[in-house]
Amino acid sequence: MLDDFLMRGFLAGLAVAIATGPLGCFVVWRRMAYFGDATAHAAILGVALALGFQISIFIGTMVVALMMAMIVAMLAGRGWAMDTTLGVLAHSALALGLVAVSFLPNVRVDLTAFLFGDILAVSRFDLGVIALGSALVLGLILWRWRGLLMSTLNEDLAHSAGIHPARERMVLTLALAIVVAVALKIVGALLIGALLIIPAAAARNLARTPEMMAFFAILIGMVSVYGGLQLSLLQDTPSGPSIVVLAAMIFLISTLGRALVQKRSAR
Amino acid sequence: MSLIAAQSVTVSYEGRRALFDIDFQIDRGEIVTIVGPNGSGKTSLLRVLLGVIHPQSGRITRAPALRIGYVPQRLHLDPGLPMPVARFLSLPKRQSAQAIAAILARVGLPDVARQNMATLSGGQFQRVLLARALLVQPDLLMLDEPTAGLDQPGVAAFYKLIDEVRHELNCAVLSVSHDLHVVMSASDRVICINGHICCEGTPQVVRAAPEYRALFGLGTGGALALYQHSHDHVHDDACDHSEDLARHAG
Repeated sequence: MLDDFLMRGFLAGLAVAIATGPLGCFVVWRRMAYFGDATAHAAILGVALALGFQISIFIGTMVVALMMAMIVAMLAGRGWAMDTTLGVLAHSALALGLVAVSFLPNVRVDLTAFLFGDILAVSRFDLGVIALGSALVLGLILWRWRGLLMSTLNEDLAHSAGIHPARERMVLTLALAIVVAVALKIVGALLIGALLIIPAAAARNLARTPEMMAFFAILIGMVSVYGGLQLSLLQDTPSGPSIVVLAAMIFLISTLGRALVQKRSAR
Repeated sequence: MSLIAAQSVTVSYEGRRALFDIDFQIDRGEIVTIVGPNGSGKTSLLRVLLGVIHPQSGRITRAPALRIGYVPQRLHLDPGLPMPVARFLSLPKRQSAQAIAAILARVGLPDVARQNMATLSGGQFQRVLLARALLVQPDLLMLDEPTAGLDQPGVAAFYKLIDEVRHELNCAVLSVSHDLHVVMSASDRVICINGHICCEGTPQVVRAAPEYRALFGLGTGGALALYQHSHDHVHDDACDHSEDLARHAG
């Protein structure tokens, strides 16, 4: 079954959706959308470094994403204006990565695969790493769920309950770096942020509790992966953007549906 | 032994000294209120006692296994986060449906368990925050301007509720407040701070202190007179105010 490239791509996409669903909820709740983007864009720099030093691309992207996330978190702690800081860092890292790749001798790199994802080129090894990384992120979030939720609500409140918000922030930063590394192959650096935000935002329209929202975000991510892959096959569209288009359509439908329900109950 | 104590504590943010020479303690069953102008370090004092920030110098001692129920000044709930009241009360520890129903009834909100936090009114929201703090069976209840944004009857009702639960739980109450008239009627001890502790003591002592008058002005003294009725004269400290206090608290 794993010999089929379609099946491998599909399974890899499902695995990533399991990680991006709950993590994306925290990105939405904590207003970290731009933070996610900056981390993801830095992945291209990670790709260049990995190719240059001939190390695993997973490792390269993860390390650079982690460094980026930590720099951003540190600057935020020192009171820098976040949107400007992130804008500078995200685009600089992306541009620097693109320039660095062009310097690599004797390496012919298909950059579009890293920018937009190439889900159908997932190897058995890739699938293993993606599944492992996603399981790790899901495990991390489930393990810290209450602490994360408390810190997200109010950091002083978390402190009074013996939770250390700084530690929970580190958990999210680490989870984000892992997700960037494993999702790069699926949707590409430019659209990882979309895979985090859109399913979670769509899930908000359907959920009444934080747990339900995380669960729906996973489901919506999975449906988007399946639908996007079909679209990609039938119409020969790029796989990553197709997945995001599907997610965006679900968001639109759920938002309209919610507005309709609210209007009806208001009457 | 006191529940929590600070000894010559100093706190600074980015080189700016927010609090200095703070000696403080609170005992079981006491109601202590911190007053002071904006930026005087009231919230910093609560946060250093909570352990959110660490003192530059001095030390904080807590009674072993001290349980603190904390009610933050404001809780901004992101609209993207769906949070029913019952789920909120189960943070950080899961609570039974019975416990949640009981505590909500206690704070006078029997019907909101399934409601989303975002749909609550300001007064209801504060009561839910209080309910959550009470669920830990606190030895010490810490409130940071819990009635900011409530109207006069709301403020009075909220403090009445706090006074009741403090007797039920036999806990101490430490609050930061701007509601000077309530402070003066409902506290055992008032601490007036402006970076350091300017003056402290029973409400009457503080109200008469020149440091307090310097911070809050004579206009405030006049406003207080409205609530203190015949007690805006200069005090001789032998005068017994317990009856008067009881009437205000009730």
